[in-house]
Amino acid sequence: MRIAVVVFPGTNCEMDVAHAITSLGGDAELIWHRENDLSDFDGVVLPGGFAHGDYLRTGAIARFSPVMGEVERMAGDGKPVLGICNGFQILCEAGLLPGALIANRDLAFICRFVDLEVTDTDTVLTRSAELGQRIRIPLNSYEGNWVDPSNTGRVAMRYVDDPNGSQQGAAAVANAGGNVVGVMPHPERGIDELLGSGDGRALLEGFLDSLVPA
Amino acid sequence: MKVTVEITRRPEIADPQGTTIQRALHDLGHNEVMSVRVDRVIHLEVEGEDPNRVQARVEEMCRQVLANPVLEDFTVAVSE
Repeated sequence: MRIAVVVFPGTNCEMDVAHAITSLGGDAELIWHRENDLSDFDGVVLPGGFAHGDYLRTGAIARFSPVMGEVERMAGDGKPVLGICNGFQILCEAGLLPGALIANRDLAFICRFVDLEVTDTDTVLTRSAELGQRIRIPLNSYEGNWVDPSNTGRVAMRYVDDPNGSQQGAAAVANAGGNVVGVMPHPERGIDELLGSGDGRALLEGFLDSLVPA
Repeated sequence: MKVTVEITRRPEIADPQGTTIQRALHDLGHNEVMSVRVDRVIHLEVEGEDPNRVQARVEEMCRQVLANPVLEDFTVAVSE
């Protein structure tokens, strides 16, 4: 079971994601964004960072990187696709998740632990969690304010105290099938109590459990 | 040809930057300011002879990448 961790120019959380997956027993491989064949992979993660410098809009250039054709194919095939932070923004730009992410309500870059509540367990990220479970992981973003004029997004987790103005307080959003999930805070930075929280483990373990062979 | 693309955020989408600027203007005594929106202007130089065709091509670029249809509207103005 192999997971592609996509690296765009400007991605900066790929090592954290790969480390988290590996430490949970998964098989992660860093994949450059020019790659156009992910047929050997069972799932894909778009990590956080500033893909293509966040120029134009966050994710606007990255969504046209060659690898995104494969990400779209995997999403359509029902394979697990996870976007974290900037990866969430890219999935929205690509139309794989509804809505878009705009600047935080108070125009502040927010970098701190946040408390989340699981509101939907029928997604590849939250399937191992319980409804109503509290999750504490770090948020680290400026454009974390999710808006969805279509009102079609499924909120998988919400902020207990919405720090950025997100619609419905959404911290994680899934597509209709639940196999594509975007999450604004960073589960991969919360896998060890030594670093402040191990709550992210339950999320990433769920993601690993959702993999089925390619 | 010179093309100016103006990308504007839809009225129903919040613009925290505009709100902050409006507040600052009010703090400075400019209380007559009713609304502030911060938008984006992109200047292009495009090869072509036919303004209508250039207009259509740039509108296609807007729909594809320059604007986000979830959030934004756009106008395209072509000049010689």
